[in-house]
Amino acid sequence: MKFTAYETDDFYDEMFVSDSMPRPGAGLLKERIESLPDGELFARQAAAERLLLQNGITFNVYNDNAATEKIFPFDVIPRIVEAAEWDWIEKGLKQRVYALNLFVDDIYHEQKIVKDNVVPEYLIQSARSFRKECVGLNPPQKVWCHVTGTDLVRDRDGQMYVLEDNLRCPSGVSYVLENRRIMKRTFPQVFEASRVRPVDEYPSRLLSTLQSLFPGAIDSPKVAVLTPGIYNSAYYEHSFLAQQMGVELVEGRDLVAVNNRIMMRTTKGFEPVDVLYRRIDDDFLDPQVFRSDSLLGVAGLMDIYKKGRVALANAPGTGIADDKSIYAYVPKIIEYYLGEKIMIPNVPTYICADPKERAYVVDHLDKLVVKSVNESGGYGMLVGPHATAEDRAEFARRIQDNPRNYIAQPTLGLSRVPVIAEGRVVGRHVDLRPYVLYGSDIYVLPGGLTRVALKAGSLVVNSSQGGGSKDTWVLQA
Amino acid sequence: MLSRVANSIYWLSRYMERADNVARFIDVNLQMMLDLPGGSQEQWQPLVSISGDDAAFSSKYTVATRDNVINFLAFASENPNSIVSCLRAARENARTIRESISPEMWEQVNSCYLMVNAAASNELLRSLSGFFSDVKKASQLFHGITDTTLLHGEEWHFYRMGRLLERADKTSRLLDVKYFMLLPSVTDVGTPLDDIQWAAVLRSASALEMYRKRHGHIAPEQIVEFLILDHEFPRSIHYCLTTANDALHAISGTPIGMFRNPAEQRLGQLRAELAYTDTHQIVTRGLHEFLDAFQTKLNRVDQGIYDTFFALRPVEPSAPDRVGQ
Repeated sequence: MKFTAYETDDFYDEMFVSDSMPRPGAGLLKERIESLPDGELFARQAAAERLLLQNGITFNVYNDNAATEKIFPFDVIPRIVEAAEWDWIEKGLKQRVYALNLFVDDIYHEQKIVKDNVVPEYLIQSARSFRKECVGLNPPQKVWCHVTGTDLVRDRDGQMYVLEDNLRCPSGVSYVLENRRIMKRTFPQVFEASRVRPVDEYPSRLLSTLQSLFPGAIDSPKVAVLTPGIYNSAYYEHSFLAQQMGVELVEGRDLVAVNNRIMMRTTKGFEPVDVLYRRIDDDFLDPQVFRSDSLLGVAGLMDIYKKGRVALANAPGTGIADDKSIYAYVPKIIEYYLGEKIMIPNVPTYICADPKERAYVVDHLDKLVVKSVNESGGYGMLVGPHATAEDRAEFARRIQDNPRNYIAQPTLGLSRVPVIAEGRVVGRHVDLRPYVLYGSDIYVLPGGLTRVALKAGSLVVNSSQGGGSKDTWVLQA
Repeated sequence: MLSRVANSIYWLSRYMERADNVARFIDVNLQMMLDLPGGSQEQWQPLVSISGDDAAFSSKYTVATRDNVINFLAFASENPNSIVSCLRAARENARTIRESISPEMWEQVNSCYLMVNAAASNELLRSLSGFFSDVKKASQLFHGITDTTLLHGEEWHFYRMGRLLERADKTSRLLDVKYFMLLPSVTDVGTPLDDIQWAAVLRSASALEMYRKRHGHIAPEQIVEFLILDHEFPRSIHYCLTTANDALHAISGTPIGMFRNPAEQRLGQLRAELAYTDTHQIVTRGLHEFLDAFQTKLNRVDQGIYDTFFALRPVEPSAPDRVGQ
């Protein structure tokens, strides 16, 4: 297998400086792959896919009657992040998560940042993710955002940006661990001498983070993962994390509030649980407080949480900090709380709620990406340059009707990686989602989920929109 | 452990065992038909009766031909007890408790399901006999993997209980059907044909060779003795219930011989009944009547287990909090 026919085109390529000229950290990988016998790379790719199916590493697709489970497409050529760059990413993420956490705490207390006119009041008041029920809450150690998955992208010129903050229930970390395991089993040759930083410690780090949340004086608080159930698209991950941490995986119907404790229904009666790593949205946590039609949560949970008798990760209300309009203010937020310049820059963002910026957006829809502030997973978005005139007109209408719900960003020429497709190696666009844990201190997992848009030319990497993933190799210094 | 998880482990185990048993029944019947004298009518209806699904079968098919019965029992997704359905249910249960079982167990259930699904959707690729032996092996492998990888705590006891109660049920049905329906006519009793059929019943329960070691010649009363009352044969009803009872008491910690809940009471009574009866009593009373009553009592054991361990229990009225459901 040679990379001679591989073309980087007009994009930044994560593996090559130019056609067939590898980046410094990727030289060894290129050499290893090229030394494989003919057809071996494709055989390894097929073996990896078989293993994924056998292990049932799948996600659920809602609108598909025939098969509700699909494997998350996986590509065996790893994506490499060099040590120095990772060092910078790690520092940048710590800075960002630290500041965003201060922001959430401030918003639910004095709102100093609003009073000082740094973030406009109307943005907070109109944010759907602002939870008035959380005003005055004091989570242990004032940490709200225990698990964060920040989306990073790289533009044509090589500059990395933060594209999105995911502070509610970011998913995907199970694929980081499983991708690594699959790679080691199907492609051990390429690991030798590559000095890749391991990712295996994530589950025990997560467990320690969760255990650190319980305020009471208990040696080992009882932790459980709360899932919406088997039909949730990320169910595999919930069960994987519970298994890897060795804790119970519970559904709302397994829990009940008794005497100011959250109890699990066990074969021997009720047993208390101290910390819930909840993977259900705020809306569904407690039918007495949030959506009353929710069958996924536990009646009385919020009351017990407020009394400090159970801990929740992430804390309810963190969604305010990943509202896509608030995102535009993150550089100012960092400066306000830390007195520092933002390290990893934001993508320039137009807030449609602002009349001047809205006018610009509507006039330049063919150059912009428009996103709905409250949606994720690649839904409710317009990629202007790839859209039809009708789609653009439709979005212009939607923006005028409900400007607060939209933001726009310039279309980035996302960086690419080599991917196996149609029997050859071709360039496809990627992003990178590292995972950050915040308990007694902030920890960044050396790795992350590299998502690939498998359709030629596509810029949407979400698994619900035909994206796949790769193992991400952070090299040792 | 969580009631929901215990329930799923129990059913995971029952469904794996059920798929195994259905595969045995069909496979042995296939083999047995080869030994029938020319001109005899092939007997397939009894197989449907074993699984207790006559009504569901006759709503779909008019005649119990070989193909109809095999399709219904092995591949039909609308039959909840077909091999395909059992393995789908086993996998669905395993999927909901993946965090509680070992990864090896999950991989085995999953690959077994994928294998059966592929066979169900491609008739051309089917070698029937090979298929049934694959299902049996997959199930046995699953039991072996479970034994060596699952914690031998509560989860394992629920698992064993499910497997053994299912097995006791299937052994009783197997005997029942042979006694009433496989018998072509009274004059065949004691003929070579009768021997062949009894040998097939034993083979269905993987019992032929062990039976020979114990009793030698094929004799119906001794077969009844072996499959119902034997103390050492792992598929005999008595053995299954004794071991299931051990598992049940290991869960609760109640000493054997006492009871603290309906499950322990009912299983204990049923086991004692078997421990203090003999073949003569069974046959005098009527084998069919005995087995019929046994199945009813076994269902009550299952209901007792459900009520004791799996059902949602209300919060005591004194508790100040509202109950969710």
